[in-house]
Amino acid sequence: MKHLKAIIASIALFAMFAGTSLQAKVEIQWWHAFGGRLGELLDEQVNKFNASQNKYTVVHTRKGNYSETLNAGIAAFRAGQHPNILMVFEVGTASLMAAKGAYVPMYQLMKDAGQKFNPNGFVSAVSGYYTTTDGKMLSMPYNSSTPVLWVNKDLMKKAGLDPEMDLSTWKRVGNALDAAKAKGIDMPFCTCWHSWVHLENFSAYHNIPFATKANGFAGLDTELAFNSPVHIKHIQTLGKWAQEGKFKYMGRRNEAGKNFRAGECMLMTESSAGYAGIKKEAKFEFGIRHLPYYGATEAPQNTIIGGSSLWALSGKSKEENKATAAFLAFLSKTDIQAKWHQDTGYLGVTTAAAKKTKSSGFYKANPGTDLAGIQMMRNKVTQNSKGLRLGSFDQIRGIIDEEMEGVYSGKKTAQVALDSAVRRGNVLLRRFERANK
Amino acid sequence: MEKRVFFKGWWLPALLVAPQLLISFVFFFYPSGQAIWNSLFLPDPFGLKTEFVGLDNFRFLLSDPYYLASFKTTVIFSTAVSVSSMALGLYLAALADRLIKGAGVYQTLLIWPYAIAPAIAGVLWLFMFNGNIGLASYYLKALGYEWNHTLKGDQAMFLVILASSWGRISYNFLFFLAGLQAIPKSIIEAAAIDGASFWKRFGTIVIPLLSPITFFLLVVNIVYAFFDTFGVIHTITSGGPEQSTTILVYKVFSDGFVSQDLGSSAAQSVILLVLVGILTVIQFKYIERKVHY
Repeated sequence: MKHLKAIIASIALFAMFAGTSLQAKVEIQWWHAFGGRLGELLDEQVNKFNASQNKYTVVHTRKGNYSETLNAGIAAFRAGQHPNILMVFEVGTASLMAAKGAYVPMYQLMKDAGQKFNPNGFVSAVSGYYTTTDGKMLSMPYNSSTPVLWVNKDLMKKAGLDPEMDLSTWKRVGNALDAAKAKGIDMPFCTCWHSWVHLENFSAYHNIPFATKANGFAGLDTELAFNSPVHIKHIQTLGKWAQEGKFKYMGRRNEAGKNFRAGECMLMTESSAGYAGIKKEAKFEFGIRHLPYYGATEAPQNTIIGGSSLWALSGKSKEENKATAAFLAFLSKTDIQAKWHQDTGYLGVTTAAAKKTKSSGFYKANPGTDLAGIQMMRNKVTQNSKGLRLGSFDQIRGIIDEEMEGVYSGKKTAQVALDSAVRRGNVLLRRFERANK
Repeated sequence: MEKRVFFKGWWLPALLVAPQLLISFVFFFYPSGQAIWNSLFLPDPFGLKTEFVGLDNFRFLLSDPYYLASFKTTVIFSTAVSVSSMALGLYLAALADRLIKGAGVYQTLLIWPYAIAPAIAGVLWLFMFNGNIGLASYYLKALGYEWNHTLKGDQAMFLVILASSWGRISYNFLFFLAGLQAIPKSIIEAAAIDGASFWKRFGTIVIPLLSPITFFLLVVNIVYAFFDTFGVIHTITSGGPEQSTTILVYKVFSDGFVSQDLGSSAAQSVILLVLVGILTVIQFKYIERKVHY
């Protein structure tokens, strides 16, 4: 009996100490969408932060893919069970921006916490996406990429093509695909993220509007505009390639990446961040090229980003917000950013990180890894190439994907499909405008 | 003869029905009421503000051609799932009923797929028909048939019907087998002695005697196809391509929880509620009359 008492006493004592030591550290939650290699690298960042100081602990949880993470965050917010930091992909940006009161704006968070933070340290092409028109930064850019053309050089050779041939225009790409098909290559072309690459970035790259009102930056009363003759020409071309068996549709997200990494697909348009996986798995020689464009003489504009930013959700204690601020400031450090950029193929989102990567000789050792950055910052940004800020955009992308599937399967012409996507998308934009007036 | 039991006083019967009433309230009346209430509003995703819009959500839905197409999809899908799984279930049950040796083994193996959750069944079939690594798609390709259910709507529909019916065959098999075994052997033997062929016996004796079970299974299978196939569709096609496998329930989910349009989602739930109510009335009023108990 005495024995038992001693055990209970020691447990109680231990619990007390454990309790106090837990209390001393402020714990914050981060919900994100990264698994696989990216998840490992994210975990590494969190561990580094937790080990670097003894005031705060960050706990990270994967909530599924981008859409699922956003939805989990929103549902949790409604229930009052939301995390401190939520990863939101670029498509969800407008939805969050409109939800004033759901988040603490980044500039405010940093100011309240007395954290030194320089929003001008970010590459403007990236931070512009997450900044209000009057220059206030609302969320912290985390991972940003832009689409590029991935080349399987071994298959190019098999097709009797020079693996270093000029692939800067869609016409030249078309010629290469003809040659590959003639040589019996099963999957000459594939692509990930159809709307993002072939309509959203396509618009910016050709300096034509994706939507009116500066792609939504200038107001909620924006209307979709991606059914211009240039857009139709491109989507019709993709549809034709699909019918001729030169382009194989593998799915809406990044499913085609698997086929490329397995060495089945010769040319693929995919995010520059495909780098981490391709470098790890590809058993062939690969190359990275700029995204192709139309027109032989006129140089392309810049491409826009995809990826996510981190939002500090509201309704948390001052102490926790301080912890959030400290962690986000830590993530924007040059060392962390440079490593992230080099490991993943995501862009270096701070100018210092890009500079550091360059001076370390990384680009020379890994040719092509600098192309994404160049492609994004090659020109002065125009109204059409700043990015997109459209409400319900995840849903609109779903509509675009559906309509494009109609073109690839030969059921619809590009004209019919894009007109229909614009019409259906506009209905959602009006609904969003109404709900967020 | 009808039996009636009368209670004296009111508290005992009230107490006895209370649990059922409570459950109905918590799991049916309260959520349905919420759905009806929410269908009249247009809230923002975070629940920060909301606007009363009257019947606008319904107007918006009924003018959406994809929502109307979803009705057709649902009818095709649930008919195909119910009919194919019931026909196969009955066929297998008729065979198993005639087994003399090893009946237990066959029966156990045939019931097995029922133990698999719809989402897992979906993943299994998806693996087999996956464009990259699927065995089935590989052999189809070898036979010269291009399989790509991510792009071709009819293939996607076929695949979700296949995956949804598969586990259901076991369930139907189980009930049909029990039904067949409950038919007195003497009736069948008498018919056989009178010279009725197997098909004659099956058509005029077995099928009518199975009708209560068939009716029960029809109701259960339609309810299953309407509501419980969510996991299969979500894992295999997510409603695509071009919403060709988006049944009504999936659209409630995708509009509400993927697109965060809770007003429209609530309105769809209300429409679904009414629809299921009508279906149930039709089934019990007209079809049940033809059932022999």
